[in-house]
Amino acid sequence: MSAGVGVDLENLWIRFGDFVAVRDANVNINGGDFFSFLGPSGCGKTTILRAVSGFLEPSEGNVLIGGNNMRGIGPNKRPTALIFQNLALFPLMKVWENITFSMEIKGASAAERRKRADELLDMIALPGQGDKLPSELSGGQRQRVAIARALCAEPDVLLLDEPLSALDLKLRQHMRTELREIQQRVGITFIYITHDQGEALTMSDNIAVMRAGVIDQIADGKTIYNDPNTAFAASFVGENNVFRGKVKQVMGNEALIATNRSGDLVARISTANQGKMKEGDDAMMFIRPEAFAIASDGAAGDHFVTARVNHEEFEGNVFNIFTEGEGGKEIKVSIPNLGQSFEDHTGQNITLEYETRNAVVVPAGELAAE
Amino acid sequence: MNTSFLRISIWVYLAIFFAYLLGPLVIMSITAFNSSGFPRMSPWECLTFQWFSELFQDQRILNGIKNSLIIGAGTVVLSVAMGLAGALMLTQIWPKLRATYYTIIIAPILIPGVVLGISTLVFWDRINRMLGLGADSFLSNGVFLTVIGQSTFIASYCMLVLVARLQRYDIALTEAALDLGATHAQAFRKILLPFMRPAIASAAVLAFLASFENYNTTTFTFGEYPTLTIELAQKVRYGITPAISALAFIIVALTVFFALLNEAKLKRQELVAAARKKATVEELAGKIKLPSFFAGNMAAVLLVVFAVATITVVGTATAYNPAQCIANVKEQKQLEAEQRIQELRKQREERRKQREAEEAEQGDAQQSAPKPSNNSGFGNVFAPNTLGGEEDEGAADTEEQPSGSNNSGFGGVFDPNSLQNDQ
Repeated sequence: MSAGVGVDLENLWIRFGDFVAVRDANVNINGGDFFSFLGPSGCGKTTILRAVSGFLEPSEGNVLIGGNNMRGIGPNKRPTALIFQNLALFPLMKVWENITFSMEIKGASAAERRKRADELLDMIALPGQGDKLPSELSGGQRQRVAIARALCAEPDVLLLDEPLSALDLKLRQHMRTELREIQQRVGITFIYITHDQGEALTMSDNIAVMRAGVIDQIADGKTIYNDPNTAFAASFVGENNVFRGKVKQVMGNEALIATNRSGDLVARISTANQGKMKEGDDAMMFIRPEAFAIASDGAAGDHFVTARVNHEEFEGNVFNIFTEGEGGKEIKVSIPNLGQSFEDHTGQNITLEYETRNAVVVPAGELAAE
Repeated sequence: MNTSFLRISIWVYLAIFFAYLLGPLVIMSITAFNSSGFPRMSPWECLTFQWFSELFQDQRILNGIKNSLIIGAGTVVLSVAMGLAGALMLTQIWPKLRATYYTIIIAPILIPGVVLGISTLVFWDRINRMLGLGADSFLSNGVFLTVIGQSTFIASYCMLVLVARLQRYDIALTEAALDLGATHAQAFRKILLPFMRPAIASAAVLAFLASFENYNTTTFTFGEYPTLTIELAQKVRYGITPAISALAFIIVALTVFFALLNEAKLKRQELVAAARKKATVEELAGKIKLPSFFAGNMAAVLLVVFAVATITVVGTATAYNPAQCIANVKEQKQLEAEQRIQELRKQREERRKQREAEEAEQGDAQQSAPKPSNNSGFGNVFAPNTLGGEEDEGAADTEEQPSGSNNSGFGGVFDPNSLQNDQ
């Protein structure tokens, strides 16, 4: 497969009147990548997608596709294809006509179109369904038809605007794998918009985390999950326990944080913030629920937290323990279910232990809304 | 008891309502088949189709229909195009201006047609003069002016119909087409227009009907091209014949026919969609087993019944000759008329006898007076007997020779018999 065509955003600003939808975005998307923009609704990710597909002119900055500046080039002249959130299948056309619409406008014959449609229908595992109307298909089938329609145009870049949000959970999980497979097969650049961190983490080569028009972090999924740049990225991607406090002491790449309610705790400074944090700074420390372990009673130190168990639940793969630390501080702990015996702790005081590399500290900032 | 009373009153109400709604049409349709010279249902004389042939021989009506069709077609094209443009504009316009724009574009519906007609005439006359064109230029042509004048308000109706459909349009469909490489024109033609097609068809029908029945705007603009409504209005001034009923009947029949056709088609689409939904993939790819045309389609059945009835009626009309019946009716009328004349005569005779008796009395009284020598300048004109004598003479003449020579000054015009003979 070819390396594909990359997409670059250079100092991209998009304003609607006084409202800034996208603030100085700089993104380099490699050709052939599966790239996701991840953020809550209203963070400007769809706006970026519309700027890439050409429905929106950026207020400032440039969109480059394959190194070519796209300013002034309409959506019908760009080598992109967009899969709309509501799919936007043409309701009056049959499935095969929908899929080969891009060929029809180039004047391809019906026989040629039919042939191509059958190929694509085989690819999306809907053989023989070409004569149906979109309204006669199920949600997942419509989804795949929309993908086939976009691929039929042979775009260099495929843009997907939360295409799975309308599907039920089971289908959504299935379509994740399928999308990833299709992307690897056709080898073109996919730009994927989602608010679902599960989708972004499982499918993407790289993810941009967005908050209110600003890109907080661009990295692969593992980095974003383990080494967030900002408080927002740490709290939006995956579950996290947050401890607010001040930096008490910086020790190389580690720092001792005087937390507001849980005493002094030690944590690793996230890579992007190393060397930037100093004593007295407001800081936020994040520990994932699965990073805690139950320690023996009475253990104390800078990587121990004591708490009282409020209630517990069994989720299948993990046991969740909801505890309350000093001053009402809520802490969630997830113990992986490895078949061990598991006693009920409700009402008891327990000591939680973590390893320093699993606690990350970033400058205090805005958290993702629950 | 109470509920049955309620039910009955609902039926009665419905009957009255429909009688009010359809009664005039039914009666007018029936008069088209009565041979009576004035459109009336009773007394029923003879079943006849002569008014239809008379209608089709009336050059003015035919010309009016032709003009109406030409103007209707022009109005449909112009109004639907303007209506669609207006509707698209409404969805595109800056939201703050939308309400104002809507009011402006809807205003022509609220303006009396007469005003629109006059203003169209005046406006285009001005333009015509400004361009220095003569009275026979295109801009003062009756067809052009009528199409323009009617379209001013019919376009607003069309827009209302089209906006309703356009509001259900997902703009993402146009964006999807653009994204797949279509130009704006292609996206319009291949996506938006097919979506709008049902509404465009409704708007076209509405525009045509509105144009066809329009009178008050057209009356100012028709020039040398009177439409059907104009012709009818002019005809009615000189009295109406059942030929107009025949025209009304044809229009009613066509309306019923197309309404049924439309209904049958819609029902058919519904049934096909339902069948497709149930069909398996193999059936869809190959031959899908569709329900038969009449299954569960009441409108289709009615349509066929209606068509068969029409064919029967037309067939009967060509074979049927009401001459015998009409002759019978004529004969009967003649008899009735004669009877009336006899009665009249009898009355007159009695009166004459009475008068003669009176005169005889008076005559006795006048014997002593000198006999009038008739030497006055006025001749005998003022003599009462002269007048009476003449009358008597006339009456005597008719009695003696009913259809023979007539020596009265009027040449027998007032002779009741001659009237009868003319018939």
